[in-house]
Amino acid sequence: MRRVLLFALFCLVLPGAALAVQPDEKLDDPALESRARELSSEIRCVVCQHESIETSNAGIARDIRILIRERLAEGQDEDQIREYLVSRYGDYILFQPPMKPATWLLWFGPGFVFLIGLTAVIAYLMKRRSGQTAEQLSDDEQRRLKQLVEEDTRP
Amino acid sequence: MLRRLLFILPLLIFAAAAAFFMWGLDPERDPGEIPSVLIDKPVPEFSLPPIRGSEPGESTSTGLSNADLSGEGITLVNVFASWCMPCRAEHSILTDLRREEDIRLVGINYKDEPDDALAWLDELGNPYDAIGADMEGDAGLEWGISGVPETFFVDNEGIIRYRHVGPIHETEIDDLILPILEELR
Amino acid sequence: MIPELGHFALVLALVLAAVQGSIPFVGALRGDSRWMDVARPAAVGQLGAIALAFAALTHAYVVSDFTLANVVENSHSAKPMLYKVTGVWGNHEGSMLLWVLMLALCGAGVAVFGRNLPATLKARVLSVQAWIALGFLSFSLLTSNPFERVANPPLDGNDLNPLLQDPGLAFHPPLLYLGYVGFSVAFSFAVAALLEGRVDAAWARWVRPWTLAAWCSLTGGIALGSWWAYYELGWGGWWFWDPVENVSFMPWLLGTALLHSAIVVEKRDTLKAWTILLAILTFSLSLMGTFIVRSGLLTSVHAFAVDPERGSYILGLMGIATGGSLALFAWRAPVLKAGGLFAPVSREGGLLLNNLLLATATATVLIGTLYPLFLEALTGGRVSIGPPFYNYTFVPLMLPLVGAMGIGPFLAWKRADLAGVLGRLRMAALLAVVVALATWYLQNGGPVLAVLAMGFAVWLLAATLIEWAERVRLFRIPLADSWRRARGLPRSAYGMSLAHAGLAVCIIGMIGSSAWKEELVEAVQPGDSLQIAGFTLTLQDVETRPGPNYRSTTGVFEVTRDGRTLGMLEPERRYYPVAGRSTTEAAIRTNGLGDLYATINEPPEEGQDWTARIYYEPLVPWIWVGSAMMMFGGILSLADRRLRVGAPRRAARQGAQPPAAAE
Repeated sequence: MRRVLLFALFCLVLPGAALAVQPDEKLDDPALESRARELSSEIRCVVCQHESIETSNAGIARDIRILIRERLAEGQDEDQIREYLVSRYGDYILFQPPMKPATWLLWFGPGFVFLIGLTAVIAYLMKRRSGQTAEQLSDDEQRRLKQLVEEDTRP
Repeated sequence: MLRRLLFILPLLIFAAAAAFFMWGLDPERDPGEIPSVLIDKPVPEFSLPPIRGSEPGESTSTGLSNADLSGEGITLVNVFASWCMPCRAEHSILTDLRREEDIRLVGINYKDEPDDALAWLDELGNPYDAIGADMEGDAGLEWGISGVPETFFVDNEGIIRYRHVGPIHETEIDDLILPILEELR
Repeated sequence: MIPELGHFALVLALVLAAVQGSIPFVGALRGDSRWMDVARPAAVGQLGAIALAFAALTHAYVVSDFTLANVVENSHSAKPMLYKVTGVWGNHEGSMLLWVLMLALCGAGVAVFGRNLPATLKARVLSVQAWIALGFLSFSLLTSNPFERVANPPLDGNDLNPLLQDPGLAFHPPLLYLGYVGFSVAFSFAVAALLEGRVDAAWARWVRPWTLAAWCSLTGGIALGSWWAYYELGWGGWWFWDPVENVSFMPWLLGTALLHSAIVVEKRDTLKAWTILLAILTFSLSLMGTFIVRSGLLTSVHAFAVDPERGSYILGLMGIATGGSLALFAWRAPVLKAGGLFAPVSREGGLLLNNLLLATATATVLIGTLYPLFLEALTGGRVSIGPPFYNYTFVPLMLPLVGAMGIGPFLAWKRADLAGVLGRLRMAALLAVVVALATWYLQNGGPVLAVLAMGFAVWLLAATLIEWAERVRLFRIPLADSWRRARGLPRSAYGMSLAHAGLAVCIIGMIGSSAWKEELVEAVQPGDSLQIAGFTLTLQDVETRPGPNYRSTTGVFEVTRDGRTLGMLEPERRYYPVAGRSTTEAAIRTNGLGDLYATINEPPEEGQDWTARIYYEPLVPWIWVGSAMMMFGGILSLADRRLRVGAPRRAARQGAQPPAAAE
């Protein structure tokens, strides 16, 4: 826990610390540089853990930014670089978790929830349509319903 | 019946989530910890020069590479720097460990000024059997470090078996470090 | 003396909460009106006591009373007065005090404005409200006492984290808490309704204004927080999908769903169990937010004083509140009878779709936020879930929502004619396609998602305008008649239009700033010029300026366009010696269509170049303009006579019902 706080201190407030990408790191080729930026923004800093290396002040983040640029300049593509970083730091370093059995629930979870919800909504609507509930309304409830509907139609 | 189950579902989901929360509150757990993916893998390939300006014959002049880490018994690879305050605290503990246990201790001098590093070792003593200077931090990335100090425990086959993040505290020797060494033998 | 008084007042509030939680509850069971009447004075007294405690702590901050541990840790005598006051809630203990103050405010609000509520419902609502207060007051007193003294008072304090010494962040927590805590009223109403075993239109009519008020606050709080992140953190981002941001966003999403489903309960007497569940879950998510932020369960940019022990206490509270209410729900909700019938294509159907999408979106954020914890617990593995995940999952859910939002207000209750509605929206669809194509052309392609989203946002904006135009029959009848109609429209109608249009505006801002942001990072010396998005920035000088409790290094940039001077940009780097920390103060120049954003950084070593970071963020101000529109839409709706808390006409009839019906 203490360590977390120390990270936070280091990341947010080091006096005079250089912030994020430095001019001397930039590549001369703008296309390559923008690819490097793009990739950096998907790589999580292992020191300032809430940030991407693109915005992090940590030394390691700078090292990785430089490594990315060196490898892009050598002609490696994004996937190769990601693969290398994962081999050193694990999936943790990617802000976009890889698709694999351990993350299926993550990636398909939202769709699953939506389908369940949709099924429930459809089942509900079907039931409503068959008019089962209409018979269940008591006279009192019917009266109140009518009252409410009238109220709505009033401007 | 199904309808009834539907009404209980939110409670069940909450109970499951609460169980995870309870697990997560364990004070021993450090949410910021990133376990090394190199555990049970061979040491990464790297090759570091000696600390510039060191006397020939001293362990500071050996350099360090992955070839030095297999077939040499249990080796502790310590990433350190003279600018790192916790390293200073850890230094004497590593020195004792090196003296009392049957291990090798090698150092990766991380992003340090050679003169500062040599002065630091002069002042505190040099317990390392070999030291490589990682001026640019490249070896640091190969090892997947997130800060200094970190210590990797490498067995006789050159396989990384444990990583200690941050300085090794005196209190951790008996409960944590010695049992791990025991297991590696 | 004053701190002890504050401490005593807090204990008194606890006692009053205990009284309020028990006597009226028993009174409601026994039908004893004298017992039930205890709730009102207890709730008002509780508010008074907590306000007194809060005033005592504020006093300690204002006079810099360094005998209090809390003041020592978070204040300094040289701190500007504004931040001395706002520093009261810039820390864990003080913010908990603010939290219970808001809670008491809501409780007293129900007690005072709820004269026309059915007596047993009111007694039960206030009891549940008191239980929540009891939990958090005891939490405050037992684990986070803000009035703790120090044995050896230091001469001066440690100062507040400089990042928090900022007007945006100063007012972010009160709004956020009012939002979080405001949902407690809907929660209490839901629990009370389950206890009573009945939910009706009057119930929804009561819940809606409270939910709306909480929703407005939360909207404002989140917007202010993201605005702060935008100008203070120094890289022009405004949303990071960080766990702490997510936990404030989830209650907002679900609260939005609740707001809409409560309309269905009110107008059509159906979707009752679902609405009750939403009310419970919305507040539960607020509790979870408090839990996650203060327990240190997940790593986050917004580090609070983390403490697992406090985490356990809040988890316990959550277990009782959420677990208890969900158990009650499982037991009692099946009893609730469904009401009015409707066809799938109808206003109800539209609102149901709204609820489905918003609930799924909430679940998505929940999964994304908690998945790292699940995975760590089950396999020990670590994953990071950042913006790319949400771009793939959350954004696709929002597009159909925005599409449906354009249609929804046109649909009639019970059964609607979709083809007819779409026909009336021809112009909106055309405009959306034209704008999307124009965007595509102007940006040379650009991200497909951005172009698509732009089309959807324009569709919503146009459809909202058309809806208003149809209501006032613009250009179909003489303008004077339209004007009369426009004035006659209920405020809630304007509220809805404004909020829906606000979302469209907000989305346009989000797209602009994320898809077409331009960025420059350059090493500069005074005299150097930089070009971005047609502007030229010339660094004229770098000055050192003193501040009250910091010193600032200011870069003075002159901004020109086509040779014409537009003004100056003066980004700062501030160093706070007491806290030993620096902050970046970005300089922002806006023309309403985009922001020019500059920061400056010290050279890595003496004598080297400065680092200037310049961004051009197209449309970014629209995010906060849109958020403000949503918030004011909510407030406008709240001001509607029909919705006003305790509207007498409606409530009189309610009170006339035989009391037996309530039990």
